[in-house]
Amino acid sequence: MGFFHTVWTIARKDLVIESRSRELAYTTLFFAVSVVLVFSFSFVVEGVALTDAAAGILWVSIAFAGTLALGRTFERERQSDTLKAVLLSPVERPAIYIGKLVGVLLLMLVVEAVITPVVGLLFQAPIDRAPLLLVGLLVTGTLGFAAVGTLFAAMLIRAQSRDVLLPVLLYPITIPLVIAGVRGTAAIFAAEPNLAVAQAWLAMLVFFDAVFLTLALWVFGPVMGE
Amino acid sequence: MQNRSILVPVLLCAAAVMFFRAPFMIDAAPYESTMGLIQRIFYFHVPSAMVMFLSALVCGVASAVYLAKRSPHADAVAVSAAEMVVVFGLIVLVTGPLWARKAWGVWWQWDARLTSALVLWLIFVSYLLLRRFAGAGSEMVAAAVGVFGMANVPFVYWSVNVWRTIHPNTNVVASLIPEMRVPLYWGTAAFLLLYIALLLTRMRLEASRMQLEAAYAEIED
Amino acid sequence: MVRVDGPSASPGVRHRVSVQFDTVYVDNVSRHYGRRRALAHVTLQAQQGEIFGLFGPNGAGKSTLISILSTLLRPSGGGVRYGAHTVADTGDALRGQIGVLGHDLCLYGDLTARENLRFFGRLYGLDRLEARVTDALARARLSDRADDRTGSFSRGLRQRLAFERALLHDPRLVLLDEPFTGLDDDSAQVLIERLRTLRAAGHIVVMATHDFDTAEAVVNRSLCVDRGRTWPVADGVGTLRERYRRTLAECV
Repeated sequence: MGFFHTVWTIARKDLVIESRSRELAYTTLFFAVSVVLVFSFSFVVEGVALTDAAAGILWVSIAFAGTLALGRTFERERQSDTLKAVLLSPVERPAIYIGKLVGVLLLMLVVEAVITPVVGLLFQAPIDRAPLLLVGLLVTGTLGFAAVGTLFAAMLIRAQSRDVLLPVLLYPITIPLVIAGVRGTAAIFAAEPNLAVAQAWLAMLVFFDAVFLTLALWVFGPVMGE
Repeated sequence: MQNRSILVPVLLCAAAVMFFRAPFMIDAAPYESTMGLIQRIFYFHVPSAMVMFLSALVCGVASAVYLAKRSPHADAVAVSAAEMVVVFGLIVLVTGPLWARKAWGVWWQWDARLTSALVLWLIFVSYLLLRRFAGAGSEMVAAAVGVFGMANVPFVYWSVNVWRTIHPNTNVVASLIPEMRVPLYWGTAAFLLLYIALLLTRMRLEASRMQLEAAYAEIED
Repeated sequence: MVRVDGPSASPGVRHRVSVQFDTVYVDNVSRHYGRRRALAHVTLQAQQGEIFGLFGPNGAGKSTLISILSTLLRPSGGGVRYGAHTVADTGDALRGQIGVLGHDLCLYGDLTARENLRFFGRLYGLDRLEARVTDALARARLSDRADDRTGSFSRGLRQRLAFERALLHDPRLVLLDEPFTGLDDDSAQVLIERLRTLRAAGHIVVMATHDFDTAEAVVNRSLCVDRGRTWPVADGVGTLRERYRRTLAECV
């Protein structure tokens, strides 16, 4: 069985399960919207949002909602020990990792597709100013976050206090992603947009994704082997 | 084992002598007029930051070796180095704000270097939390975090740097005059010796712990 | 031997390697979790056409031994050989010859019985997948509930399905942890029959269970596991349960 066939088999299985219950999509989405609101109360002063607040709130809600999605996705695999059964099958370990990553990534992108217009609406952020660049930042930023998160969530599946350890490990490591996402998005949303800056951040995100995806593919096998 | 037991006291003595000598050298260095006395923190702050980054590198490499070869020795190096990152990071994070208070009038300025150090410190604190709370068999997981932590250093440094310099209020770090370099190098060497001594001691502790575990297992057999 | 078969192996095409073995050798295997010892110097051989029973109190190390045999857990000391192979030299292909029914049933509650089997069948790269799935559902006597979500099944039904899932790829080595859990008398008898068929077909079966009365009918060799150590259950008079108690009393 080929690598991509395995990836697709695993990702499709996750999508089928999610399409049945829609638990993750609904709860994650609602959570993300709540986060946007909670932060709005801190960053909107006398009816006016602080500079760059929209970009910051967007990325914070993505990071929070992503952690929730990661935790729940792997809780599903843990419930009946199904991840163990998948690891026992004769497929290559990296394909399992990518399969799970695709599932998490798609879920997060769906949430972002809703949350970005919401932020745009609430904060008058010009999300249509440089749509390709914005989508590029969102996709690469989310890919990096999901790549590190999928690895960490998978390897914590048998650890004690995994619920709290996932964000504890994930947030410090993904700080460069959040900085790049927020600053890149802020450069697009600013009153005087600076698209060159946004492009520079996009380049860093691509580089980050490349490095951490490679590392995760290498690490996943040995870490899950046991 | 035998030569190491001599090596550590020798290193510690050398470091102690160097730390004893350091204040005199720092005193002999030129007085920096704008920062005054507080500038002299610099001779401790910068070396501990260097040692912190070095230790992060050691932890990352040892973790990678552990992932590839599963040698318990590499794991012992990784834990020890991670603890040293946190210890020396604490020195950096205490002395940094002291400097900031004098230079900028606030305890914490989002200075690029200091923020990078904080992020790196957080990564290795999370590494230790993982080892403490994840339960038995978390060594491999911790090794992955160690590798990711090391690989993250350039990204943290770059992103924090650009994030700060995009803003107009770039901080002024005075370029070093040669007379200040000698005590700085001296301090760095002293911290390095201290680091190696502590690392070796911590590794020996880890080795003893492993022996103890093995002895327990043998008794049960 | 490692046999390379499948279509002409041109460069860039992954070779499909199948691993064959007739005997599993467990050689002086120990496993520690920190200071706690789960297994100590276990040595055993399981041969094809044989059902190997592991008996012992809870927490004795039976599940640890099964995990080690399944390749998912590494022993702290000693090693396991599958015929001439080890985990290190065969990697992914070896897992294709092992089927595991764990205490957790490894079924997706939100997928139907058929989808569960189909998903794992795909991961194993099975040919004639639909036919195999239909057969497996029939053997599990779940044909009429094939398109119901397994989350709605009772433990017994899920147990039956999980058993067939573990055997879907016709593995050489079958590892069963408490396979009788939740089964009614009928289902237990069906399972016994199934185990006999497996034995006759030359599979290697290793089974951990508390259910002496049911297991006695099929087990060829039995091992008593307690606090990480193993003793062969004494031969002689009496039922399996009596002999097990005697062994435990004499050795521990």
